[in-house]
Amino acid sequence: MLALQVLIDGFAISALYGLGAVGFTLMFGVSGVLNLAHGGTMLVAAVVAWLAADTVGALGGAAAGLAAGMATAFATYFLVVRPIQRSRSIPREETEIFVLTGTLLWGIMIQEAVAYFTTTSPHTVRPLIAGVTEIAGVRTPTNEILTAVLCWATIGALWLLVNKTKAGKALLAASINPRGLTLLGYELSNIHLLVWAIYGVLAGVAGVLLGAFLGVSSDNAGTLTASAFSIVVLGGLGSVSGSLVAAYCVGYLETITSYLISPAYRNIPSLILLVAVVYLRPQGLLGRR
Amino acid sequence: MRGILGSRLFWGVLGLLLIAILLPLGVSGYILGVLIPAYYFAVFAMSWDLLFGFAGEVNFGPTFLVGLGAYGAGILDAETGWPIAVCVVFGTAMAIIGGVLLALPALRLSGPYFGLITLVAVLLLQQMVTVFAHWTGGEIGLTVPDVLSIDDNTNYYFALGFMAISGLILFGLSRSSAGLILQACGQDPVEAQALGFNVAKHKLAAFCVSAFFSGLAGALLVFYYGTASPGTVIDLAVGVQVIIAAVLGGRRTILGAILGAVFLVCAGEVLRPLGQLSTFVVSAFALVVILFVPAGFLGTLLHRRSEA
Repeated sequence: MLALQVLIDGFAISALYGLGAVGFTLMFGVSGVLNLAHGGTMLVAAVVAWLAADTVGALGGAAAGLAAGMATAFATYFLVVRPIQRSRSIPREETEIFVLTGTLLWGIMIQEAVAYFTTTSPHTVRPLIAGVTEIAGVRTPTNEILTAVLCWATIGALWLLVNKTKAGKALLAASINPRGLTLLGYELSNIHLLVWAIYGVLAGVAGVLLGAFLGVSSDNAGTLTASAFSIVVLGGLGSVSGSLVAAYCVGYLETITSYLISPAYRNIPSLILLVAVVYLRPQGLLGRR
Repeated sequence: MRGILGSRLFWGVLGLLLIAILLPLGVSGYILGVLIPAYYFAVFAMSWDLLFGFAGEVNFGPTFLVGLGAYGAGILDAETGWPIAVCVVFGTAMAIIGGVLLALPALRLSGPYFGLITLVAVLLLQQMVTVFAHWTGGEIGLTVPDVLSIDDNTNYYFALGFMAISGLILFGLSRSSAGLILQACGQDPVEAQALGFNVAKHKLAAFCVSAFFSGLAGALLVFYYGTASPGTVIDLAVGVQVIIAAVLGGRRTILGAILGAVFLVCAGEVLRPLGQLSTFVVSAFALVVILFVPAGFLGTLLHRRSEA
């Protein structure tokens, strides 16, 4: 009974973690940017969905949250990342650390602004479906099932986009050999724009679902970024399938720990696993190097 | 050219130091109370700059070292009541041991991977503080029975002296031949290796020096506050502030980190009436500096002068 409960809860949590991490890893793979405002983007999507749900209903709220996630992603790109990448006074080899510091500061600004307007107390987005479903004797909120389904649907859509459409294939090519792609006549900045748009959708969906499933507060924007970052590194930077595998490892480890030991220690085993993997296999589980 | 630049920097530092020494004569205890933590903070930022600016390693967890020093010293004092000096030495030793344990395997990694390991180290340390709450006081913090002094002026001069000496040593180190080799290792490890320098050894040494000063400053800060809590010495937010201070002041300048740290702490204090928004304003300002003057305060000053 307990085992089944762990299996179900772990599956939903892991799907959510996976979705949260996929956008982050895709961004790194294609444009080499580690966006430390990732938690902030998810936070904005969740909080906007929460606010809008009061006036336009749960579905409208979710749509508004998605739009807000995209808007935040574009703001991050145009206000922070692109100016740093194009700056002449920043040496090329130091762009990476400047992007890290810049997005970090931007994430803090988002977090503080959200805290100012909606306080630091946790908000729970109204779930899209209410009610409880019984799976083999385990009472599971229907929303939890919907969360897992939507996460996988989004990831599936991403897979189709990347592997089956022309724009998606260009995206894949940009992550393998950007110079080769420009030689074929593609404008690299358009590709970057596309990847930020996809990133916005992924982070927006993840934020709204997270807000409906676990609730968010402005205080945990940093934690959200850190857990996405850890999952991505565990799976291998830039590898989407690696991130999904890693998300399931972390999700199940956390669920097992909180059911069997105590919710207070839920982070510890996954952090130790991360340290061990990074020491023994720095490229991550499925990373290529 | 270098001589002039060096001497201008020298006179500037001397002037500022003189102002800092004379400050207690003219201002209230409140201002001193703001500046004392700022000076310790400056030491954190300077040791971070040595690691990042020179060794080229992004350490996302400066507070791992600071926290080890602070909690090492604090717990020993709370448990045994030994003299402050012994506790500080113990705390510093803890920071160095922790730093070496972290750096030895981590230095095989590079770039974001190294950064991540240091980030995770901070998260783990924070969890450990919560898990071993009966020793560490958990989230609320640890109260230390001894303090350095209850007199503002003594505390102020102690902090100023400590910062000045640390700054002198770190700056001297960065301008010495060891500092140059370190810089070479950071910028082009392959070439540095080809020239016969042991890159790993130099980076490890830099990490130890950084750990020494971070741990020492952390331990002293505990005996200034009389408490140690995750929110003041371990939290990621504190680490982020250290990094911002160093980048604001100017990378690769060591002394610029002092300007950055003092500015950051004072700005936080001046903007206190804004309440929650003060962090927003400080972060926005730091972002603007990074976007438009990436060399930082001191970096820009020195750069302009060398052009003129």
